Amino acid sequence: MITLPASINASLMLDIVLLVMLLVVAGAIVRTRSLLAAIILFSIYSLISAVWLVVMDAPDVAFTEAVVGAGISTIVLLGAILLTRGETEKPDWRKLIAPALICASVGGLLIYAAMGLPELGDPASPANAHVGRAYLQRTASDIGVPNMVTAVLASYRGLDTLGETAVIFAAGIGVALMLGFGPRSSLAPPPAQLGDHHVTLRVAAKMLIPLIALFALYVQFHGDLGAGGGFQAGVIMSVAIILHALVFGLRETMAAIPPRVARSIASLGVLIYAGVGIVCMINGGAFLDYDYLFPPEIEAQIPGWILGDDAHAPHWGQHAGILGIEIGVLLTVTATMVTVFYGFAGRTVDDARREARR
Amino acid sequence: MADLLASIGGGFVLIGVALSVLGAFGILKFPDVYTRIHAASITDTAGASLVLLGLCLIAGISLVTLKLVFIWMFVMLTTPVAANALANAAFGSGHKPRIGAFHIMRSDERRQTPRGTDAP
Repeated sequence: MITLPASINASLMLDIVLLVMLLVVAGAIVRTRSLLAAIILFSIYSLISAVWLVVMDAPDVAFTEAVVGAGISTIVLLGAILLTRGETEKPDWRKLIAPALICASVGGLLIYAAMGLPELGDPASPANAHVGRAYLQRTASDIGVPNMVTAVLASYRGLDTLGETAVIFAAGIGVALMLGFGPRSSLAPPPAQLGDHHVTLRVAAKMLIPLIALFALYVQFHGDLGAGGGFQAGVIMSVAIILHALVFGLRETMAAIPPRVARSIASLGVLIYAGVGIVCMINGGAFLDYDYLFPPEIEAQIPGWILGDDAHAPHWGQHAGILGIEIGVLLTVTATMVTVFYGFAGRTVDDARREARR
Repeated sequence: MADLLASIGGGFVLIGVALSVLGAFGILKFPDVYTRIHAASITDTAGASLVLLGLCLIAGISLVTLKLVFIWMFVMLTTPVAANALANAAFGSGHKPRIGAFHIMRSDERRQTPRGTDAP
């Protein structure tokens, strides 16, 4: 039996294996000339990153990476690739010199900077010592939410998250402005009956779509307690809608959720988020200061048994505020992703060619 | 008893891992798309099932078991469908099997060609 030194544990070996896999996949992405293969490899890259983030004890980030990187961005990129030729030419090596130099120098600088980073989990490191420690110490008494990531994201740094939500909304509007909102481009006529080749897909999708939507709601409302929250839930919910579009056709999905409605919901989400903040201001607090979300006379009337735990101080305002803004984030993210998908999928290859000729 | 269950579970995990490795070899070595899909689905179904079953036995009866069962159900619901869709797409885009009963495919193809206009 070979005995390993104590510093080599399972976690370290897992780290090494995963990082080597990341390197190999990155190399394959650079090497491949087929854009389709590159997109699938990007998806694999994101999935391995997500696994690695779980190993690093960052489940919230891993969750986001899995649903955004491996899930939705793959679909959007595939939608984009259908409108192009799908492969790159082998570039002239002289054109590669300048980018290679820039990449090498930036990479070298990053590696040099990484040597100055503190140890992972070092309690004296700047990230853990000042603000981080304050959050760790005060979350339980300030906010009363078990998941500290949600507490920081939704309450302490609620303004930043409002900015992120607005960025997602703006990005969706930008894509929609460039690619069209969907209905302007021609929808393919309903396909003729092709036999029952896709019956397996349809049956499985019918079973899966409600489960995915339910899981999205679980992630949404479980965000206070564990990994999850509005961003992840929104992406999962949009995945359910996009799966419907992929299997049953864009026409059916657009009949169920018209692009106009998707756009309205996207802006409604940002409105709800900002509205929660403004309600706090009306009741005498600062913007997004959830302690002032309810006036004291209303808060006094909430029966104590709802929380089920008398030991915690009942932060009704904090709980309701986080719930409210997370719903806003859910609506914005879902509707933005669906709008972006409509933008890509609503165009046919013929549309793209016609516009290229113009 | 718990030790025995854990050892049996470990055995299942090892068999599952071995099947997954075999599936990976199959993907690299098999001659055409359809046999490769077959190899990949061994990883997806048999390999994953045995690993999850082994983990259930190691974890004992708890909430973790339930979660593993849910994962197993999800895997069982999705991966065969994915393999089916992949094979369907390969057939639709005109990939021919290199081994096996060709004449069945040919007669199917004759039936398919006049209306198989969905490919871009």
